[in-house]
This record gives sequence, C-alpha cells and structure tokens, in this order.
Amino acid sequence: MNTIQQMILSWGMLGKAVAFVLLAPLVGGLLSGIDRRLSARFQGRYGPPVLQPFYDVFKLFEKERIIVNKFQDFNILLFLVFTIFSGVLFFIGADLLLMIFSLALAGTFFVLGGFCVGSPYNHLGAEREIIQMAAYEPMVILTAIGMYQVTGSFKVAVIAQSQTPLILYLPGVFAGFLFILTIKLRKSPFDLSMSHHAHQEIVRGLTTEFSGPTLALIEIAHWYETVLVLGIVYLFFGFNVWLALLVTLATFIFEIFIDMNYARFRWQLTFGSSWLFTAVAGVSNIIVLGLVK
Amino acid sequence: MGWFKRSPWVLHYNATSCNGCDIEFIVSLTPLYDLERFGIISTGNPKHADILAVTGSVNEKSRQVLLNLYEQMPNPKVVMAVGLCATSGCVFQDCYNVMGGVDKVLPVDVYVPGCAARPESIIDGVLNACEILEEKYKQMKISAKGS
Repeated sequence: MNTIQQMILSWGMLGKAVAFVLLAPLVGGLLSGIDRRLSARFQGRYGPPVLQPFYDVFKLFEKERIIVNKFQDFNILLFLVFTIFSGVLFFIGADLLLMIFSLALAGTFFVLGGFCVGSPYNHLGAEREIIQMAAYEPMVILTAIGMYQVTGSFKVAVIAQSQTPLILYLPGVFAGFLFILTIKLRKSPFDLSMSHHAHQEIVRGLTTEFSGPTLALIEIAHWYETVLVLGIVYLFFGFNVWLALLVTLATFIFEIFIDMNYARFRWQLTFGSSWLFTAVAGVSNIIVLGLVK
Repeated sequence: MGWFKRSPWVLHYNATSCNGCDIEFIVSLTPLYDLERFGIISTGNPKHADILAVTGSVNEKSRQVLLNLYEQMPNPKVVMAVGLCATSGCVFQDCYNVMGGVDKVLPVDVYVPGCAARPESIIDGVLNACEILEEKYKQMKISAKGS
C-alpha cells in the first residue's frame, strides 16, 4: 500500500487531476451499479447487471436530442463542469472550502437548468432541490471547519496525511455528515427532487425535461459527485488507508440500507431534521472541541 | 454495440383498459418476474422512455393523450400493444365510442396477446421490442448519414 501511496504522491497536480477526471466516472458508475444490484437484493429481486448504469448512459447518448430551450443544456454542461472542477480541487489536495463553494455553484447551475424549462414538474423538482441544498450546506461547511480545528489547515492534502485520527475528535460532525450524505447521494428518505428508484413519482422531478444525451450528462455528474462525497468520508479516517477505504465502502452500503428502509419525508421534515441534527451533532461537537483544544 | 437491447425504458399508458393488463404489467416488476434484471425500467416520463406500452382499446379521449405521449418520446422509439383490447379492440371493437386497437392511431411494432396478458408474455414482448429498437436506431443512423 505504501508503494501505491508514494506513486500517487509522485504524480503531481496535473497527473492527479487527469486521473480523477478519467477514473472517477468508472468508480462512480460501478458504485451506482452495485447500489442497484444491492437494492434489488434487499427487495428480494435479482437485480440488473453491475454494469447497468454504463449501459444506460451509452444508450442515452444514442438517443435523439430534444431540447426545450437553448439554455437548458448549457446549464447542465456547467453543472457537470463545476462538479468535475470541485472533484479535481479535492483530489489534488487543494482548499476544502473552495471545493465546497464550487460544488454549491454546480448545484446552483443544476437548479437553474431545472427552472429554465416550462414543465411544472421540473419546477417542483428544482424548488425541492433548493430546499435540499439549504438543508445540507451548513453541515458541509461545519465539516470543513471541524477538520480545520483538528488539523489546523483547510488543505485537503494536509488533512489526508494528518496522523491525527479525525474521527475521535469529530464524532458528532461525522454523524452529521452521514445524515446529509443521504441527501447528497439522493437516497430515501431525502430523495425529494429526483430519485433513483421511484421512477413514476411526480413524473421525474428535476430531470423531467431532460432526455437523451443531457440526461446522460446528469448521470455522469452524479457519479463524480458520489466519488467526491465519499472522498470526504475518507478524510475522517485518513490516518489509516485501509481502515478509511473500508469505512468509506461501509458508509456507502449503509446509505443503501437506509434508502431501502425509509419512505420519503416531506420537505418540511427533511429541512427541519437536517438543521436540527446539524445543530445538535455538528455545532455542539465544534463548540466542545473549541473549549477542549 | 446494442445498448438499446440492454437498457430499454418502458412508459406504460392505460388507454381504456379494465386494469387487468395494467396489474399484470406492474406484477412483472415484482420479485417473482423482476423486469429490472434485463435493465428494463418502468418510467413515468415519456422523454426518458424508449418503449411505449399501451393497454386497452383507444377512444377519442385517450387518442389525444396517446399521440401527445408518442410525440414527446425521443427517437428511436417502439410502440407495444399489451393485451387483446390494445391489439384489436377485442369485445369492445363494435362499441360506438371505441376506435379499435392502438394501431388505429400509432404504428404498433409489437403485439402482446392475452386477456389479461401474462407477465411472461409482456417481458417477451419488451425483449422483442428491444430488437426492433436496435433496427430503428440503425435506420436512424443510415438516414442521418444520407441527409
């Protein structure tokens, strides 16, 4: 493992960025396939092949391109570009805060793409996406602040190589991050704006008016996003590579388990519970850490 | 490379069905038959769909909806008539308000027999529709090159 680590360290900034852009969709797509297979098994079904998400995306690229207006695809393209940009920032070890803000910007473009078309279903999805963003954003920023308190740096590179076990200092922040991870991964009970499994609900939420290649871009952006947020989970256990990888995978499976066991919350409950949990687990953890340190 | 064969997304519309075929269609999503193992997803959005599965005969009201749904689907697309009412109008074909089967309105590619259609035959119909999708995609590419 040490040799692999040294190899990755020796790649340099550009090498890491290229590696992320090329490898993240493969990992994200594979995780998405595992998600669909595991979900099916939880429901007593056989489930699709693990490579199914790739088949879906390839098919979507072959479909006819239907656009409602010219801004629609532009916004989705920017959503993808800024998601990749924030992922690159994260994996080259740049500033955590900058990464969080550019990820929020990516989400904003997604919402704008949802609002620029005429369909009321799409508008409903976009409104719900805004509520979700407002629900998870405080906790994401608190995560960065907590990591800064422990390691004294916002740089991902410093946090990842820190030998301090972050999880022992930030159990509340980690719990809060797990909570909003469900929103980020678009899992029940927080899959208000668009869901992976409920294909017939409010038509299709935020993606109602997007078809063919554009829908494929949204899916690919989601793969990048999945890898990125799981990367943040990794940071909590950065002191031991194997433990970190194991916990990251366990977290992903845990999220699927949650997804299968809950019905969807109303938006009031989603927003209220996220902020309450952020306050109880995240803020109190940071206050206590500030007093102790 | 045959991606349509591996990931057909189906839009289901009830024209004037008695709900028999609809129940059978939903049954094919359950653990016993599990449509998703072929990558088939039942979607509620015409803009995401590849296959339009219609149950029941068509009347003047459902004709408009059916045409609207069909026109919203991006090419290549396939229409599947599920059950006897959708294929021919069945016992309702002489009714004053019934136009007949789905083929009176849309170009139907696959006819799934049965009253109600069995889940096995619905799955078989979808898999046949996939082959037709592939052919339509090839034709689409040829005509795009020609123009």
